[in-house]
Amino acid sequence: MTVISSADTASASLRRDFRREALDARPALPATAADTSLSVVFENVRKIYRSSSGPVHALHGIDLSIKHGSIFGIIGRSGAGKSSLLRTINRLEAPTSGRVLVEGQDVAALDAAGLIALRRRVGMVFQHFNLMSAKTAWSNIALPLVVSGAPKARIDERVGEVVALTGLEGKERAYPSRLSGGQKQRVGIARALVHRPDILLCDEATSALDPETTLSILRLLKDINRRFKITIVLITHEMSVIREICDSVLVLDSGRIAEVGPVWRVFGDPEHPATRALLEPLNRDIPADVAEQLRPQPDSGASSAVVELTYMSKSGLEPDPVAIAKAFGGPFRLLQSSLDRIEGHVYGRLLAVGPARLAGDVDPFARVADRARILGYVPADV
Amino acid sequence: MSPQMYERLWTAFLETLGMVSVSVAIAVALGVPLAVFLVLAAPGGLIRAPYLQRALAAVVNGFRATPFIILLVALLPITRLLVGTTIGVWAAVVPLAASATPFFARIAEVSLREVDAGLIEAAQAIGCHRWHIVRHVLLPEALPGIIGGLTITIVSVIGASAMAGAVGSGGLGDMAIRYGYQRFDTEVMAIVIVILVALVCLIQFAGDFVVRRLRER
Repeated sequence: MTVISSADTASASLRRDFRREALDARPALPATAADTSLSVVFENVRKIYRSSSGPVHALHGIDLSIKHGSIFGIIGRSGAGKSSLLRTINRLEAPTSGRVLVEGQDVAALDAAGLIALRRRVGMVFQHFNLMSAKTAWSNIALPLVVSGAPKARIDERVGEVVALTGLEGKERAYPSRLSGGQKQRVGIARALVHRPDILLCDEATSALDPETTLSILRLLKDINRRFKITIVLITHEMSVIREICDSVLVLDSGRIAEVGPVWRVFGDPEHPATRALLEPLNRDIPADVAEQLRPQPDSGASSAVVELTYMSKSGLEPDPVAIAKAFGGPFRLLQSSLDRIEGHVYGRLLAVGPARLAGDVDPFARVADRARILGYVPADV
Repeated sequence: MSPQMYERLWTAFLETLGMVSVSVAIAVALGVPLAVFLVLAAPGGLIRAPYLQRALAAVVNGFRATPFIILLVALLPITRLLVGTTIGVWAAVVPLAASATPFFARIAEVSLREVDAGLIEAAQAIGCHRWHIVRHVLLPEALPGIIGGLTITIVSVIGASAMAGAVGSGGLGDMAIRYGYQRFDTEVMAIVIVILVALVCLIQFAGDFVVRRLRER
């Protein structure tokens, strides 16, 4: 997928500087860094909150590793523990037990200065932007550098870079109240990037934005990930966000890992009920007029079969109209389709209606899709 | 009215201004740090000092619950200790500041408490120390509320300074009581009232103007 490529050449030198300085600034990794391809590692992370009504288990022993340079999505319903999990990475929340390693470093072992150094290498973007209303866009973006005691020349240079990167030119002097939601989030992203972090955490970064703005922010994030090889860990409750930019996804259900893996595999072949529930809005019901006339067996009035074909890129099968027609043994019509292509893998569902030649025989269809089901029979004129 | 009278009014006006500004300056200098501490040390805050926090909160409430005229008398020994006398402008500053500080601290505390917790979290996430959070987040974000509270504090200190006139503090209140009440000179009293009303209006207007400008951002 190509995203915002116009600025690529202009950014070449910026990218070089960006990476070099980031590497220079990084302290030597301790010996615990076993696998250097991993950016964040969770080892049996538990989180228990105390409340007046007793302890609340937010996370039940999460084991997980996130690769360098990937866009890792965490999805789940509200209260699933997404936010707690994300916040253990920069220790805005401390796990009750277990370890979180960021670039091989145990986050819990850091002293006050070490924690601040870590937070300068881990940027964070928030759902409600969390910009300082008393500061201009420029001052908001500059704040992380100002508090780190950076010299003014470097602050100006870095802020100028991220302002250009996030497309905020001309808005530097504006206060947040004068900015649109999308612009505010761009300021939030610029602020998170100004220290040239290795990791960017996004806490429902697009949930307060309209669909169009969401898309532009997601493209910006993907662009940043591709150009600077920054690992992005994002949490969301929207399937579309995961589908749009993530490489891997973790489905979190009541503080436990329901499923984890490449997006195409988890979405294409959801195994856990929590994943299916999240995918539900994408799998629409059978149209009402068809459902009304659906019969379990073919009879004189119901001579067409309604067949559901599911593709989950397991076998490499793709929806082939000719093959489907052959399976039906004649021309068929499509009732509904929710096919999508993620990283070259087709997944989704087709609802087709065609001649009920072989009543109840699903075998011919099993050869054209990963899963086939005869839902029932309807009159030929439906 | 004689020219000496105008001269006395002018002197009294300056005395009132002096008393009020010094008291308010002390109230701000002590009240802001006090408010910041009360907020930071509150349960779930950035500083862990629950006992000191509760003790200071109790002191603040104690001072605020005591009527000013009683505080004025009750603090006489301390005033004598600090200023050397219990009469005059400087003697009045002690009870005025003692009453204005907790009053202002409480208003400032409320404004600071209303700063969005998300902003503090964001500040932590970008690597801010506690002091950075106070300097760059809490104080600037609470500034409109603090300025609004400052206006109220100044107005109430002007009122209290007139009350201090009852025990010989000097200033406009002192004049109004000596001439208006004890000598039945209604004219002087009327002039004092006009001056005080004008002063309060001016301060309120200026305070509102600043707050409006800050909120427009």
